[in-house]
Amino acid sequence: MNNEPIIKCRGVHKWYGDFHAIKGVDIDVYEGEVIVIFGPSGSGKSTFIRTINRLEEHQQGTIIVDGTELSHDVRNIEKIRTETGMVFQQFNLFPHLTVMQNITLAPIWVRNWPRVKAEAKAMELLEMVGIPEQAQKFPGNLSGGQQQRVAIARALAMEPKIMLFDEPTSALDPEMIKEVLDAMIDLAKSGMTMIVVTHEMGFAREVADRMYFFDEGKIIETGTPDEIYRNPQEDRTKLFLSQILQH
Amino acid sequence: MALQTPQKTETTAIPFYRDERVLQIAAQIISAVLIFILLYWAVVNFLRAAEARNMTLSFGFLKEAAGFPISNPPIEYDPSMSFARAFLVGLANTLIVSGAGVVTATILGTLIALARLSSNWLMSRIALAFIEFHRNIPLLVLLFIWYFVVFSFVPPIKDSLVWPGPIFINKRGIYLSWPRLTETGPVFLIALGIGIVVAIAAFSILRKKRQETGKKTYFMPVSIGLVVISFVVGWFLAGGSPFWIDTPSLKGFNFQGGMRLTPEFAGMYLSLSLYTAAFIAEVVRGGIQAVSKGQIEAARALGLNQFQVVSLVVMPQALRIIIPPMISQYLNLTKNSSLALAIGFQEVFAVGKIAINQAGRAVPVFALIMATYLSLSLLTSFILNIYNRRIQFVVR
Ligand SMILES: Nc1ncnc2c1ncn2[C@@H]1O[C@H](COP(=O)(O)OP(=O)(O)O)[C@@H](O)[C@H]1O
Ligand SMILES: [Mg+2]
Repeated sequence: MNNEPIIKCRGVHKWYGDFHAIKGVDIDVYEGEVIVIFGPSGSGKSTFIRTINRLEEHQQGTIIVDGTELSHDVRNIEKIRTETGMVFQQFNLFPHLTVMQNITLAPIWVRNWPRVKAEAKAMELLEMVGIPEQAQKFPGNLSGGQQQRVAIARALAMEPKIMLFDEPTSALDPEMIKEVLDAMIDLAKSGMTMIVVTHEMGFAREVADRMYFFDEGKIIETGTPDEIYRNPQEDRTKLFLSQILQH
Repeated sequence: MALQTPQKTETTAIPFYRDERVLQIAAQIISAVLIFILLYWAVVNFLRAAEARNMTLSFGFLKEAAGFPISNPPIEYDPSMSFARAFLVGLANTLIVSGAGVVTATILGTLIALARLSSNWLMSRIALAFIEFHRNIPLLVLLFIWYFVVFSFVPPIKDSLVWPGPIFINKRGIYLSWPRLTETGPVFLIALGIGIVVAIAAFSILRKKRQETGKKTYFMPVSIGLVVISFVVGWFLAGGSPFWIDTPSLKGFNFQGGMRLTPEFAGMYLSLSLYTAAFIAEVVRGGIQAVSKGQIEAARALGLNQFQVVSLVVMPQALRIIIPPMISQYLNLTKNSSLALAIGFQEVFAVGKIAINQAGRAVPVFALIMATYLSLSLLTSFILNIYNRRIQFVVR
C-alpha cells in the first residue's frame, strides 16, 4: 500500500485538435512528496497538471489518482476532484461570495458539512494563511497576495489529499510573492502531497523532492533540486536555467 | 533639500473658489437654477400659446361620450361610453400585448441565447441568423412583414389552415383552442396556488437547513412533490378536470368559441416578441459569457457537480449582469407597442390619436398618453429594481 504512488501517470497524451500538447508523460508521485514542474511557456505544464483533475481530458494513457482511474465516469471525476485541490494563476475566487462563503461553499455542498463546521474549518485555514480578519470581505477588496492565500484556503477546506498549483505566484507583484510562497512552504512541510508548476527557485530548493523539466510536451529531465540546479544534464535544461536565473 | 513636514490641512487657508466642497455645492445650485429657469420659460410660453389658440388644458372631455368604435375591445365598450373608458380599452390592449410580449420574448430570447452558445454548429448558426435578422431591421418593417405579407398569404376563412391543437389560421385571425375554467375550477387554482407558495417556502427552509446541518433534506424533490400533490388534490376537490377546452368550430361564415387572436394583435405580438427576443438573447449571452472560464474551472476543481456549478457560481454572477439591461428591454417593448397604430391595433396610443381627431384636445390627450407610458415604465422598473437590488445585495 505504501509503495503505491498516489498519482500514477503512464504514457499520457493530449491533443488540442491537431496540436499535440502532451507527448507521453510518465510521472509517479508518492504520498507526501512535493513535485516541481518547470519549463518554457507553452511547453504543456498547465495542460499536464490540469489533466490530473480532468479540467483537460487526456486522449491516451492512464492517470490513476488515489486508486481511482480517470475515465469518462462522472462519479470518478467528481471523486478525484474532491480529493484534489487546485490553485490557479489567476486566483479565480468567486466575486459574488465573501471570503468565508468562498471557502465554505464546497465543504457545505460537496462534503455535506454543517455550516458551523465548515466555518470553523475556514477560520482555522485563514489563520494558517495569516488573514483571519478578511473573512467577511469580498475578494475584489483584497490584494492579489491575499486573494491567492484565500484560494489556497478554499482548496484546503475540502481536506484534499493532493494539491495542484499552476504558477500560483506568476500574477503577483514581487512584494506579495513571499507571503504566498511562505503559505505553500508551510503546507509542504506539513506533509501535503503537492505538484507545483513554478519557476521560484527558493521554493523548489527548500521543499521540492523532485523536479521535472518540461519542453514541447515532454519531460526532458528529472532530478532533485540539487541535481537540476547544480548539474543539469541536458542542453535544453541548461539553456533554460541560464535564462531564468540571469536576472 | 529640507523635508517639509506635512502641515495639518487648515480649511480656512483654502480660498473658497478652490475648496472642492464649496465647488460641489455651487455646481448643484447653479444647475438647479438653470433647470428651473428653463422649465419656467417653457411652461409660461406654452400656457400663453395655448391660451392664444383657445386650447384648454382641461380633462373634462374625458367624461363625454367617445363616439368612435374600437374593434375587438378586451373589456366591454361601445361608442356611447366615455373617452375615459376608451382610454381604458386602449390601456388594456397595451398591457395585454406588452405582457404577452415580455413573457414570450424572455423565454424565446433565453432559448436562443443558449442555442447561440451551444457547441452544436447548426443550432448556433440558426440562432445567430435569427438575432442578426431581427436586430438589423426596423421594428416597423418587421411589423409590416408579419401583418401585411404573412397574413396576406393566409387562406380565407372557409379553407383555414389547421394546426394541431386544433389551431385554425385564416384571414380573420388565429383561432386557438383555449382552456377555460369550469365552475369548480377556482378551487383547483386556489389549491395549486397554496401548493406553490408552500413549495417555495419549503424549498428555502429545507435548503437553508441543508446548509446549516449538512444533512440531506431533499429540498428539490420535496418542493416539486408538494406542487404535484397540490395539483392532484386540487383536481379531486374540483371534482374532475378544472378546465374544459373551448375548441373553435366553423359555424356558418365564422368560427365560434376558442380564443381568437385578431391579425392586428397577432402581428403586433409576434413582431414585438421576436424583435425583443433577439435583443434579450444578446443580453443573456453577454451575461453568461461574462462569467469567466476560470470561475467554472475553479468550481469544477472543488468537486461541484454540473448543476451546482451553474446554480451556485454561474447563474448568480450572470443574473447580476443580465437584469439591468433586461429591464431596458422590457421598457422598450412596452413603448414599442405604440407602433401598433400603423396596423390599426387599438392600444393606448392609437385610441389617443382617434381621441385627438374626435375631441380636438391634442394637449391633454398627449399629456395623458405620456403619463400612461411613464407610469408603466416606472412601475416596471420599480418592480424589477426590487428584484435587482435583492440579488445585487446578496451578492456584493
Ligand atoms: N484550449 C486550448 N486550445 C488549443 N491549444 C491550447 C489550449 N490550451 C493550451 N494550448 C496550447 O497547448 C500548448 C501548451 O499550453 P500550456 O499547457 O498552457 O503551456 P504552459 O502552461 O507550459 O505555458 C501551448 O502551445 C498552447 O498554445
Ligand atoms: Mg501555464
